[in-house]
Amino acid sequence: MSAPSVLYDAPGPRAKRRNLLYTVLFVVAFAALMWWVIGAMDEKGQLDWAKWEPYLAGTEAWTTYLLPGLVNTLKGAGLAILIALPIGALFGIARMSDHWWIARPAGMIVEFFRAVPVLVMMFFANAAYAEFTDIDSDVRPLYAVVTGLVIYNSSVLAEVVRAGILSLPKGQSEAALAVGMRKGQLMTNVLLPQAVTAMLPAIVSQIVVIVKDTTIGGALLGFDELLAQARPAASFYQANTIATLVVIAVVFIVLNYLLTSFANWLERRLRRGKKSTGAVVGGDMVEEQAPGMHLTDESTGHRMN
Amino acid sequence: MRFSRVLRAGALVAATSLALAACGGGGDDEGGNGGGGGEGGSGDSLTIGIKFDQPGLGQQTPDGYEGFDVDVATYIAKEMGVSEDSIEWKETPSAERENMIDNGDVDFIVATYSITDERKERVSFAGPYYIAHQDLLVRQDDSAITGPDSLNGKKLCSVSGSTSAQRVKDEYAQQVDLLEYGGYSECLTALENGQVDAITTDDVILAGLAAANPGKFKVVGEGFSDENYGVGIPKGDAELQTQINDAITKMFEDGAWKAAIDKHLGPAGFEAPEPPEITETSAS
Amino acid sequence: MFDFLSEYDVLGAFWTNVQLTVYSAIGSLIWGTILAGMRVSPVPVMRAFSTAYINVFRNTPLTVLIVATSLGLNSTLGVTLGGEDFDQMGFRLAVLGFIVYTSTFVCESLRAGINTVPVGQAEAARALGLGFSQVLGIVVLPQAFRSVVAPLASVLIALTKNTTVAAAIGVDEAALLMDEMIEIESQALFLITLVIAFGFVVLTLPTGLLLGWVAKKVAVKR
Repeated sequence: MSAPSVLYDAPGPRAKRRNLLYTVLFVVAFAALMWWVIGAMDEKGQLDWAKWEPYLAGTEAWTTYLLPGLVNTLKGAGLAILIALPIGALFGIARMSDHWWIARPAGMIVEFFRAVPVLVMMFFANAAYAEFTDIDSDVRPLYAVVTGLVIYNSSVLAEVVRAGILSLPKGQSEAALAVGMRKGQLMTNVLLPQAVTAMLPAIVSQIVVIVKDTTIGGALLGFDELLAQARPAASFYQANTIATLVVIAVVFIVLNYLLTSFANWLERRLRRGKKSTGAVVGGDMVEEQAPGMHLTDESTGHRMN
Repeated sequence: MRFSRVLRAGALVAATSLALAACGGGGDDEGGNGGGGGEGGSGDSLTIGIKFDQPGLGQQTPDGYEGFDVDVATYIAKEMGVSEDSIEWKETPSAERENMIDNGDVDFIVATYSITDERKERVSFAGPYYIAHQDLLVRQDDSAITGPDSLNGKKLCSVSGSTSAQRVKDEYAQQVDLLEYGGYSECLTALENGQVDAITTDDVILAGLAAANPGKFKVVGEGFSDENYGVGIPKGDAELQTQINDAITKMFEDGAWKAAIDKHLGPAGFEAPEPPEITETSAS
Repeated sequence: MFDFLSEYDVLGAFWTNVQLTVYSAIGSLIWGTILAGMRVSPVPVMRAFSTAYINVFRNTPLTVLIVATSLGLNSTLGVTLGGEDFDQMGFRLAVLGFIVYTSTFVCESLRAGINTVPVGQAEAARALGLGFSQVLGIVVLPQAFRSVVAPLASVLIALTKNTTVAAAIGVDEAALLMDEMIEIESQALFLITLVIAFGFVVLTLPTGLLLGWVAKKVAVKR
């Protein structure tokens, strides 16, 4: 970061020395912390090669437990995203309808489903599918997980879409109406295309949430996603629970990091040369006013579930 | 112009997810066919619910499934004319067991499933094929803990949703400090690290854990309370109940039952008790 | 129909969720603000730490983090946080885990909030001779907070629901009670989930409405 921030002056000699001091202190503190953690783990035998070997030196653990779990995680998350996006957009637009008998029910549905824990909805979906449909029991947990994720996340995405559209300058709709567009045309040709770019960071952080939330289905529904594989794997490899959880966490971190990086890249590409519309929504539906501070290169905010 | 770019990006994401979903789906189908295809010539196939994460009882391994419950299930299947290759194993989480029988997801369940009156409102049982006793697992070098009464001031681990730890606290040692984890492997790591002094649950489960980690842990062997492990079957299925009961009785008699216990739990110094008496005979 | 409920301390379990939420929310707000400050600070190593911290902990499933506080911090490293038994320790460790996780979302929201403050504000503050911490603490953050009440409300609602994950290390809260009730009263599966779901709607809906109103009230009009 060569460009100095607006928050502080370019450092002079004294400030530079002070920054150096902070840096040294910080690094020393961090190193001490690491030293303590590694020392304690070693003392308790948690760093024994036998505990880590299955993941670091062989493929069996990956092909038996982790990779099938990862595939299920991706499958569940992918389907949920594909279905939740259009539904979310629909509800977001419905909530802004001029007709109260559309806007009100849509608003109530969104508010309600945002308040119920995802797990409970997965549970209900699973039971309902078992009771009223003949979906094969092999894929039922997947269906239930996807359904729960779709219900919850489409209501969250509805809010994202609504905020994205509301953040556009009023002139856009006024101009469109002035040239004789209908309301439908206004939405599809003018508002949505602009809002999508603005909403992208929020949408992607919601996707990260969906990926992580697939783990909720693992514990109770027997959906064999990545985290659910920790138990059979750890119990087979002589209770190496800590090693197993660390490996799984790293897989999740890498996966989500790739997702967010892709999103940031996409956002930059889409937004190139587009600054003039003046509408930007941060990840958390924060309206960015025209002469805002751009302190960091990615202006993404992130949502939690 | 701009929108088309957005659309293209969206399409890329969509296509990727679809491809992922499609790949995964294909893999699943293969698995399903392999399990139920019946290439062994025995014709029928069975779907049996077990645990995937209980060493010595029902454990998923890179080479398939193994454990005492798995052996019992395989034996029953064999008696019903279904070869080992035609069994499809399915994981049955504790909370889902009644549902999975109700829904017909599994033909029957052999997964440390205790026979209780509450459960009998929704499912029926065959067996019992084993009578387990609640017991304690401690570190190999620990001689201070000799039974539930000696747990005062000690730290005890069990899994959430189970009532066994609370029973120890209520009936034996009021001053015990209870910790609950989601699974036994967490408890075992805690025991190994010295975070807790003992784990409590049924003795076979503990023996399985000890057998999988040779030389580290031992079962105290002062069992208290009885848990009758039954085979969970659809409610009122008297025919299946008789079939399974006959198979279990035969397994008791021809020594396969004891052999299975010795094989999976013997390494922990666990000795097979006398086979239990079949009590579940009139499914209703 | 609901008579089995009388044997269980449902209200007490939900009270634990409320306590977990309150302590974690306060902690996350403080730690999240510090992280946001580090993220925009003049010291490169602090910026790097904050970025790395957020990328790691935001992308980890919460269950793993919570189990890590118990199996990692308590079991392996011997951290007790002053708790005398597992009840106390579990609660405190869970709060710590929630703070570690939730603060990343607080930080990200705040950062978006900082971006909404006009550049002129910071420039004017610097022209008056204020240092970095003064510019941030006196001028920028107060305005940033006012514009992110709504997103912070979403974070709070999510936190409330996330407290159920504390069941993974045996904290006596609603989800653990649900586990236990399902094990013992398996015949009433639907009712049990219904009761728990209803409890969370009661907890989160008013929070959302109240904070939505606050957000409108305090928003900086420009």
